[in-house]
Amino acid sequence: MPEQRAAITGLGTYVPEKILTNAELEKMVDTSDEWITTRTGIRERRIAAPGEATSDLAREAARRALADAGVEAREIDLIIVATNTPDMLFPATACLLQESLGAERAGAFDLLAGCTGFIYALVTGGQFIAAGGAQTVLAVGAETLSRIVNWRDRNTCVLFGDGAGAAVLRAAPAGYGLLASRLGAHGAGGPLLCLPAGGSRRPACRETVEQDLHFVHMNGREVFKFAVKTMEEGTRGVMEDAGLSVADIDFLIPHQANIRIIDAAVKRLGLAPERVLVNVDRYGNTSTASIPLALQEARQAGRIKDGDNVVLVGFGAGLTWAAAAVRWFDARRPE
Amino acid sequence: MSVFDKVKSIIVEQLGVEEADVNMEASFIEDLGADSLDIVELVMALEEEFDLVIPDEDAEKIRTVGEAVKYIQDHQ
Repeated sequence: MPEQRAAITGLGTYVPEKILTNAELEKMVDTSDEWITTRTGIRERRIAAPGEATSDLAREAARRALADAGVEAREIDLIIVATNTPDMLFPATACLLQESLGAERAGAFDLLAGCTGFIYALVTGGQFIAAGGAQTVLAVGAETLSRIVNWRDRNTCVLFGDGAGAAVLRAAPAGYGLLASRLGAHGAGGPLLCLPAGGSRRPACRETVEQDLHFVHMNGREVFKFAVKTMEEGTRGVMEDAGLSVADIDFLIPHQANIRIIDAAVKRLGLAPERVLVNVDRYGNTSTASIPLALQEARQAGRIKDGDNVVLVGFGAGLTWAAAAVRWFDARRPE
Repeated sequence: MSVFDKVKSIIVEQLGVEEADVNMEASFIEDLGADSLDIVELVMALEEEFDLVIPDEDAEKIRTVGEAVKYIQDHQ
């Protein structure tokens, strides 16, 4: 019997109302709209309201995903929340979400794989469905990165935004769903992108606060190189596993960190730009939320249709990377 | 093909500049219009062409075409 594949049967996204434009950032740090736009492609990003935490964003996205899939919260067997900005170190944000959704039957855990987290969560959830350990999985990527960026550091504060996306996973009809996936990590690159303090290595104390060690630290050049290489290799890897050529790829959903990374990777792959979704201009890098936000946008714009071959690919802190090839299942397609 | 000719063709491809503008003295940023990320991409292309690893601290010191050519000759 062939392995049971998982499909995304519902999607939901949520972004906070407040928009922070490059013009507003010019008043906060020494930067310019021109510099940010040419280096990153970002024009604006969303910022969570005071008191709005990651689980709040996740809840809105999850409710929309459940409604989209026509699934009740109590039907969920497993909740996986990929995030770098949990409400607190513990309990898991997934447990806070389980409570606020009323998903009484669900197991729940968080997954930490940097900006790659959503693909890791999708693949992990897909494995539970393939193995029969769960029938309905909720995979979420949610972030309030505005809470961990240093708003005095012009190199990083312009890059990130807040948002959330959620996907309901269920068994796919024959021929649909998750065709292939590859997960990777390069632990040696960990220091290139990290939040140094607040864990067991450097517990929070006055010095760690004074030295800005509770903020995102990043070596952009090295991460850029890693990103371009792994996005190309990851995409080629899952294409090979799924038996797809470049011409077979209907749509690529890359992690939205920086337009220059996306452009460089797409050029190396030889993909036509119209087959790539870009929305980094409006949301910045929302880390684990970026892939579901982009996927939802492509779907709502009618750019992804039932039966399309879609590749999701990302990279992030860890360093990590992942790619997944999906034959898109539109649950509302005409029979 | 000499190292310079190979480097030149990579620069023309990566930065979209005219071959005639690529000489040993040309600065990537001032003369060839590159920004910091163009240089990262250029370094990646050079690493692949010449099968080298150019660490970030070295890459930061490469400012002109001539410095890139010399770096490659010294490390091959």
